[in-house]
Amino acid sequence: MSERIIDPAARGWATSWYEASARARIDGFLDAGSFREIIGPEQRRMSPHLPLFDLPRAFDDGMIIGSGRLDGKPVLVAAQEGRFMGGAFGEVHGAKLVGLLRAALPLNPDAVLILFDTGGVRLQEANAGETAIAEVMRAITQVRAAGVPVIGLIGGRAGAYGGGGLIAGTCSRLVVSESGRISVSGPEVIETNKGAEEFDSRDRALVWRTMGGKHRRLTGGADAFADDTVEAFRQAALDAIARAPAFDLTTLEAEQRRLEERLARFGDCRDATEIWTRLGVNDPEAVPALSTADFDALLANLGETTHDAR
Amino acid sequence: MEKLSFRHTTQKALPGAKAQAITGVVASGNLEVLLERALPATECTVEIETPIRGYGDVWAAVVADFVARAQPGGLRITVNDGGARPDTVSLRLLQGARLMEV
Repeated sequence: MSERIIDPAARGWATSWYEASARARIDGFLDAGSFREIIGPEQRRMSPHLPLFDLPRAFDDGMIIGSGRLDGKPVLVAAQEGRFMGGAFGEVHGAKLVGLLRAALPLNPDAVLILFDTGGVRLQEANAGETAIAEVMRAITQVRAAGVPVIGLIGGRAGAYGGGGLIAGTCSRLVVSESGRISVSGPEVIETNKGAEEFDSRDRALVWRTMGGKHRRLTGGADAFADDTVEAFRQAALDAIARAPAFDLTTLEAEQRRLEERLARFGDCRDATEIWTRLGVNDPEAVPALSTADFDALLANLGETTHDAR
Repeated sequence: MEKLSFRHTTQKALPGAKAQAITGVVASGNLEVLLERALPATECTVEIETPIRGYGDVWAAVVADFVARAQPGGLRITVNDGGARPDTVSLRLLQGARLMEV
């Protein structure tokens, strides 16, 4: 179901990925008119738990799933609505993603695309949410083992935190924008447990350079850096599908080596800028302000941040 | 959670043929509106679930104003409210009706 009265792309307007709703992202991302929603809002498959807490429900439980085409290729797509309960995984929300991934085995699409926008597990239905995270990770490995790439796209206001960060780690490729953040414990969680000296969650520059898109891309945690537009994510996703690595023992052993080397090389660093300096970035202080073109040029010069292992 | 339900008669059916549309998000100060062409041509129902109790009169006024302006005959409208202000509700209802026409 389209959420638009006019089509911004037809008027030459760029749509911000960060500002767009999950439905607007799908609309602008897939080939026009190709999206077919599964378990749409008219089925009213809402959370059975939220009424116990006197909290409002959403018709789609914040997870929109379906099939469509991306530059003509058949794909399955799931998008989280980060503004509803912080995009968090509840029972229905998680089950829809698990079901979509399991459907990929018989349907054999060219890719499964996950448009992350989540703070992690929904605390009001945490057991179901935690179970869903585990089931999603298992389903992703089965889909990848069957030769279907699973591409994660991260650029929403909630980022990919908690179980969402874990799921992202199991994807074939990750595309991230400047405002996309990937981590497990969020800034406030770290500060609550370890104190503001360890991590000051109100220091936005610290948050972005520790968990933000550029840092994840520089250290190989994400595979592509995209501008904050729907069109940029579309192009990056197409590129990522074409370059998805095989899911075999060689890839996993290379991934293990890469992570061990990363820990050995950067384990004593106290700040992301120290890591960037060791990577060979001449002016680490300038990195956060770099445009996408300049940042891509920097990555090309470093030459070591693109790994098939991820 | 307070549940409200309104039924109105319109002078005409809402133009267009789209079967359903959704707009908005359930977030603080926002709401989502699901519209379905599921009723006889000059009837309209609006069902609302809201966590903010005690504003039934305001909802009744906003819905009556929307029905008078949009003439949404034939629509079953369902609202999940996140504590939206009346002007936001009015805007979303009109957005939803427009989506059903295009």
